[in-house]
Amino acid sequence: MTLKDLRPGESGMVSGFHGQSTPVRLMEMGLLPGTEVKVVRLAPLGDPMDLKVRGYHFSIRKAEAAHVFVKKAAI
Amino acid sequence: MPDEAPRLRVALAGNPNVGKTTLFNRLTGLRQKVANYPGVTVERKSGKLTGAPDVEVIDLPGAYSLTPRSMDERIAYDMLIGRLERAPDVVVCIVDAGNLERNLYVASQIMDLGLPVIIALNMVDAAVSSGLVIDANKLTAALGVPVVPMVARRGEGLEELRTHILSPPPAPGGRRWLLMDAVQARIPALEAMLAEEVPETRAEHRFTDVLRALAADEALEPWRERAPRFTAQVEVQREAFAQRGIAWRHAEVSGRYAWLGPIVEEASTRVKGPATFSDRVDSIVTHRVVGPLFFLVLLALIFQAIFSWATPAMDLVEAGVAWLSSIVQSVQPGHVLMDLLTDGVIAGVGNVVVFLPQILLLFFFLGLMEDTGYMARSAFIMDRLMKRVGLSGGSVLPLLSSFACAIPGIMAARTLDNERDRIITIMVAPLMSCSARLPVYTLFIAAFIPQEQVLGVVGFQGLAMFSMYLMGIVMAFVAAGVLKTFVFKGPTSYFVMELPPYRRPRMKQVLWRMVQRSKVFFVRAGKIIFGLSIVLWFLASYPKVPPAPEMEQARETVRLEREAALEEARALAALHVADVAAFFAGDGVSGEGELHPDLVQARVLAELAADHYEAKLDSLEHVDQAHQIRGSLIGYFGRFLEPVMQPLGFDWKISAGLVTAFAAREVIISTLGIIYSVGDEAGSVALRDALKADRYPDGRLVFTPLVAVSLLVFFVFALQCMSTLAIARRETNTWRWPAVMWLYMTALAYFAALVVYQGGQLLGFG
Ligand SMILES: Nc1nc2c(ncn2[C@@H]2O[C@H](COP(=O)(O)OP(=O)(O)O)[C@@H](O)[C@H]2O)c(=O)[nH]1
Ligand SMILES: [Mg+2]
Repeated sequence: MTLKDLRPGESGMVSGFHGQSTPVRLMEMGLLPGTEVKVVRLAPLGDPMDLKVRGYHFSIRKAEAAHVFVKKAAI
Repeated sequence: MPDEAPRLRVALAGNPNVGKTTLFNRLTGLRQKVANYPGVTVERKSGKLTGAPDVEVIDLPGAYSLTPRSMDERIAYDMLIGRLERAPDVVVCIVDAGNLERNLYVASQIMDLGLPVIIALNMVDAAVSSGLVIDANKLTAALGVPVVPMVARRGEGLEELRTHILSPPPAPGGRRWLLMDAVQARIPALEAMLAEEVPETRAEHRFTDVLRALAADEALEPWRERAPRFTAQVEVQREAFAQRGIAWRHAEVSGRYAWLGPIVEEASTRVKGPATFSDRVDSIVTHRVVGPLFFLVLLALIFQAIFSWATPAMDLVEAGVAWLSSIVQSVQPGHVLMDLLTDGVIAGVGNVVVFLPQILLLFFFLGLMEDTGYMARSAFIMDRLMKRVGLSGGSVLPLLSSFACAIPGIMAARTLDNERDRIITIMVAPLMSCSARLPVYTLFIAAFIPQEQVLGVVGFQGLAMFSMYLMGIVMAFVAAGVLKTFVFKGPTSYFVMELPPYRRPRMKQVLWRMVQRSKVFFVRAGKIIFGLSIVLWFLASYPKVPPAPEMEQARETVRLEREAALEEARALAALHVADVAAFFAGDGVSGEGELHPDLVQARVLAELAADHYEAKLDSLEHVDQAHQIRGSLIGYFGRFLEPVMQPLGFDWKISAGLVTAFAAREVIISTLGIIYSVGDEAGSVALRDALKADRYPDGRLVFTPLVAVSLLVFFVFALQCMSTLAIARRETNTWRWPAVMWLYMTALAYFAALVVYQGGQLLGFG
């Protein structure tokens, strides 16, 4: 599954990226294979997402989140 | 005062929002210089280290990475490698203690540039109160550069930092992080190739050059011409990596984080759970229902403040401008130089200065939102809506600011790091109905839109006003869509935005920034307005038209009438000389003290004569001015334009008004006031009546409601504001965008008014 499919409150671990078109900036912000990521909430209109990675928050659109494969963490 | 070359140049670098500017202010006090980097709108801030005037401190723009995505990051990188000016001698990397890993990422990139690096571990206070303690000594040991814990906001740690700056550590030797073997194996060959092809590249930078070229197309492109073989080889290597399934694109990122992760882990102690204050605020402020409501209420408050609080101050400015005019005029009444100064310069610059209170307030609120961290939330909330028209959430505030005035709006677009979004935002911002349009809307709506209610609730007038604003908004979105589809083709930008923790704003900093930004506007825009005002004054004043002979006669008649009235009063009074004497001799108690009715009559006559005379002369003066305008170059332009404007329902007077409104929209009111000989008090009832009564020679009304609507629509879309053009020139650094802006908005205004007028006539509203 991809990051886009995680629901608010759910966490996962990044397992890889889809293709070569993933913005490098996502990785520079710390979203790397093996990193834990939590979807904290969605914006009021459902997009973008508020993510928590390495202890801080950042926001990306679902379109970008669809590039990131994750393994959903067991709850 | 000639500046001596500084002995030591210190650059402050780091992520956005980590306290670089706060630290910069601490280090330099108020002795700073703000300029722009050549060719871009990024601010270059530098100052002298307090107590060490031979040390220059430079506040670099924020950067998440040295592989740049934004203008800010490009500048930061170019400064660090010495491409823009001499490279710094020491770099202070400021990192947020609460967000170490990501902050150290760019620090580790800087450490590879072969410059002495000091790490300022900032915001220790915030980290501690969120339950996080960082061991700076462990960091120093692991990173190999001095790490100074500090609280820039309170000046803690400043002394230790100063000591390190004044005797800089050696540049960090040898890289401590590992690039994946497969990629590392190829680096030396590529470095050698680059050294051979472009010998002037510096050895210390070559590793970074190669890494960047390998990872990002934007970084590879610039080499294509200078180093074709190198470029080709990088492409071959990428291909080879891809074949072998090697993730070359994030090789560097993974390598650095793999090094930093354990170091940060080792140096951190979590005393309690992660920060919750920001999370709690966010659960309200970005809540599905409450979030947008909060945003709307906040906007309403800001606009309320801008429109109501600013009014007294604006009135004061206007009064001040009028006072200044009268002072200057009284130096040598009627002299052409005084006319130029008052009607040209003071009036023209005054038209802009009136907006000072609004602009200050707006900048104040924007600064507050930036400083607290709410700015990012507003972008988060609005992104979805803005994406539809090809913009991103970051455009919301610049566009909203433009309702007050397009100028701060355009300047606020600086916060957008995507250049394309920034230009599009600038290009559509002036379509938002700014406060300068308000007096024009008010005049014409009050004069020509019936006061009746629709369904007993909303008035036609209110509805009309609302439509003006709505039209502008809708058109801004359409224009943004068009620009994005046809002018800025290519893939949509991505949106990666940090949501920084909420922080208590620093009033001093917010006020300081407000003043700085306002100054930029007034100095730059002021120069252009100054020049254009003089030109417009000249166009309205020349050629000088001698007063018509019948005017002289009219004046003479008034004088004679007055004389006659006074004569009659005198005669009446003369009949009762004795009574007057008795009146003054009397004790005021007896009947003799009563004034004879004839005398009362005489006094009334005399007063009437004076008043009547004044008023008549005044109106003759207005007629003279109207006469002058008609015969001036502007009047000529008006008549020249009339055939072009006729299809919109505008006669030469409106056309002339539009010419002068180019300086600033509200000027049309005073121009029409002069042409209609009612004086130039804005929005006066007299002007309203004169407009309604004016007829063409064939008896048709000049201003029908349809003409008024057509004119209103014209004002919604037209770019009649030289300050906006001036600021757009400044912010885009070319005349091309302001030219395009003016052309498309003028065309839009023309055709929209054309459709309204012609369509209205077809439907029988003429
Ligand atoms: N708690 C805390 N806040 C700080 C500290 N230093 C700066 N800030 C705040 O962090 C925010 C960003 O600071 P600024 O200097 O504008 O950061 P820049 O973007 O890196 O220039 C402001 O609200 C500052 O008041 C600090 O040491 N502690
Ligand atoms: Mg700053």
